[in-house]
Amino acid sequence: MSRLLVTGMGVIAPSGIGAEEHWRTILRGESRIRPIEGFDADLYGVTLGGQVLDFVPEEHVDGRLMVQTDRWTWMSLAAATLAAADAGYTSPEDAYATSVFLASGSGGNEFSQHEIQGLWARGPKAVGAYQSIAWFYAASTGQVSIRDGYKGPSGVVVSEGAGGLDSIGWARRVVRRGTPAVLVGGTEAGLCPYALLCQTTSGRLSTARHPDDAYKPFDRRANGHVVGEGGAILLLEEEGAARARGVERVWGEVVGYGATHDAFHHEAPAPDATQYARAIRVSLADAGLTPDDVDLVVADAAGTPELDALEAAAIGAVFGPHGVPVTAPSSWTGRLMAGGSALDVATALLALRDGLVPPTGNVEEPVPEHRLDLVRETRTADLDVVVVLARGFGGFNSSLVLRRYREQEAA
Amino acid sequence: MTAGARRVVITGIGVVAPGSMGREGFWDMITAGRTATRRITFFDPSRFRSQVAAEVDFDGRKLGLTAQEVHRNDRFVQMAMVAADEAVADSGLRFGVGGAPDAPEPERVGITLGSAVGATMRLEDEYVAVSDAGRHWLVDPRYASRFLHQALVPSCGATELAVRFGAHGPATVVSTGCTSGIDAVGYGSQLVEDGDADVVIAGASDAPISPISMACFDTIRATTGNNADPEHASKPFDARRDGFVMGEGAAVLVLEELGHALERGAEVYCEVTGYANRCNAYHMTGLRPDGVEMAEAIRQALDQGRTDADEVGYVNAHGSGTKQNDRHETAAVKRSLGPAAQSVAMSSIKSMVGHSLGAIGSIEIAATALAVQRQVVPPTANYEVPDPECDLDYVPKIAREHKVDVAVSVGSGFGGFQSAIVLARPTRRTP
Repeated sequence: MSRLLVTGMGVIAPSGIGAEEHWRTILRGESRIRPIEGFDADLYGVTLGGQVLDFVPEEHVDGRLMVQTDRWTWMSLAAATLAAADAGYTSPEDAYATSVFLASGSGGNEFSQHEIQGLWARGPKAVGAYQSIAWFYAASTGQVSIRDGYKGPSGVVVSEGAGGLDSIGWARRVVRRGTPAVLVGGTEAGLCPYALLCQTTSGRLSTARHPDDAYKPFDRRANGHVVGEGGAILLLEEEGAARARGVERVWGEVVGYGATHDAFHHEAPAPDATQYARAIRVSLADAGLTPDDVDLVVADAAGTPELDALEAAAIGAVFGPHGVPVTAPSSWTGRLMAGGSALDVATALLALRDGLVPPTGNVEEPVPEHRLDLVRETRTADLDVVVVLARGFGGFNSSLVLRRYREQEAA
Repeated sequence: MTAGARRVVITGIGVVAPGSMGREGFWDMITAGRTATRRITFFDPSRFRSQVAAEVDFDGRKLGLTAQEVHRNDRFVQMAMVAADEAVADSGLRFGVGGAPDAPEPERVGITLGSAVGATMRLEDEYVAVSDAGRHWLVDPRYASRFLHQALVPSCGATELAVRFGAHGPATVVSTGCTSGIDAVGYGSQLVEDGDADVVIAGASDAPISPISMACFDTIRATTGNNADPEHASKPFDARRDGFVMGEGAAVLVLEELGHALERGAEVYCEVTGYANRCNAYHMTGLRPDGVEMAEAIRQALDQGRTDADEVGYVNAHGSGTKQNDRHETAAVKRSLGPAAQSVAMSSIKSMVGHSLGAIGSIEIAATALAVQRQVVPPTANYEVPDPECDLDYVPKIAREHKVDVAVSVGSGFGGFQSAIVLARPTRRTP
């Protein structure tokens, strides 16, 4: 079977523009959760967010394209450029040889709020020509495909926070069917008044006013998460194609994927972690690995007591108590919905490269009943296999297995 | 496992379409050539350029949904639930606890639901309240309802279906604009082919007949301005066509691994023998007249089932009724089928049920599957004046008994997406 390699990554995240800046920020243990700028979020009982404050879209996106697109798409366009540059990837002669398969949770929020505002305040003629192409969930995928000339089989998945992993799951099907390169991952930009209001109704956001008190995954004082923006886009290539073009650096190999659904309730998670644990087992079986082979788990880290306990139960069911190091890098940035799981994949690959496990931030008192080996200080480790977990609101569970790349397949 | 080694069949169909009730009502309507386009009744359209749409007279409560299911879900989710109920009942599969001995393992059941614009209607309705009709950028949370997170993120539709049928397999919403309905069924088929599920409840739903959707297509003149004659406003392939007519609705299919279906003696509508999607990488809304990328998608989808062009008896067209689409698509069919294009029957049911964005792809697959099963092709209503650039057999106005061993349903959407899916009679021999 052909092997699937990650050959490029582009990060646009609260922790940095570009993978290296992101990596330095979280290794330093520097939280990017701050009071939300740009509007008075206090109205919504939420004051903190993970914004990408140093993102200057003009530096990444052509002016004509900027006016046609939402902030979420600017970030996708920027991340796609960074990923291709990182991989040294230029559009091959066969335009069908590259696909774009991104996840989106919430679409073009701020752009759309402006247009609906105009419509209701001033009438239909106030709606601009770009609303029809800026807000729908496929806008970023379409714009990346058009700008970069990629004509391969492309798609958009929506599974809330699990989307970043699910885009990789679907990309594997595309590669199996003969397309050698796929851009995956995604970004999200939900920090504008209406989108934030919508997210507060999930009941899962922290209302804490100080970053030290907010998003505290696996801590006794866990009280919800903080919304962040941004994400990551990765270039996946089939091994033969990557080598044929003389790829110089491989971040890692995608070796397994599993997805399940709780199918329990329209918003409450299943009271046991059976399906979540099963997603992990399916991904390991898919990879031909056992729990003992896994060196690190990057957790979904929902940051509510109930959801954290369920994740700890799933990890415990597969790996045993304190059975594997667990880290939650999203604690530094907030949760970026579909972009967050994509960013966690980038972080996992950086960890594989450097043999460094990044810490989980903002944890003072881990819940002992979780029985997790929660990494709270940067740790050196000989990493070979990393599992990345993600959940989506409503019961989506996804698990991705990454492995350090060796030209000879490990026995 | 080699991709594509397992075969996929359709064993259940459910439809929520304008102007009709359920799968059989839908089939009767489109084969009678009756149109469901009318002046918009959901809101006062008088300030809009395009004032017609194909609306569904839909009441979730009367169709079996509970009061709370209706309360918490946007219309697009409600329609998906109703269509899924019909599809699952039609398939004879009995899901859930204490289910029948032939019920599939819950872990082996997946969900792929397409939607282009998700809960846009609910998001807009709520926005009117929280912004006081656009007065306040800082929207007022005291006027917000409880289920807005689900409205923001359309994956709630896949969740509702997973919960409804106890499906623990892979679930997702597919949102590729106007090809969502084909892509959701295509991805669902791949789940079965790749061995990740034995049964997939696959379909699509959209409910975009709201002021913001109508306004955004008004400004780019994609929708018809023919308000004087709503019943005849959607004119695919006709020289007088002037834009699409907005629609809404849902269709859900039960996709099943062939052996699984045979073992339980299920009735099979048809086999899904191929699916492909390509991008034109050209323009978000524009189409080159040559149809190259759509032709490539059609060819790839036919190749997967080792199907020759002259086996294709029916092409269910995207046929939106815009100037550029119908020309583009005619070119794509000629390019992909070659000389066989001259004898193929090709029709657009959008002439009758409008263009329900992401949903229509699945509604059209439902129509195509029924055409294959019943050997009847639905017509293109309102087709009278030929356009020299659209010179194929569009089955004008009247349904036709026709030999359809293999049929192709195609779609084209904003973002440049071009999709094709191939359905074949179960009796067709694979070469």
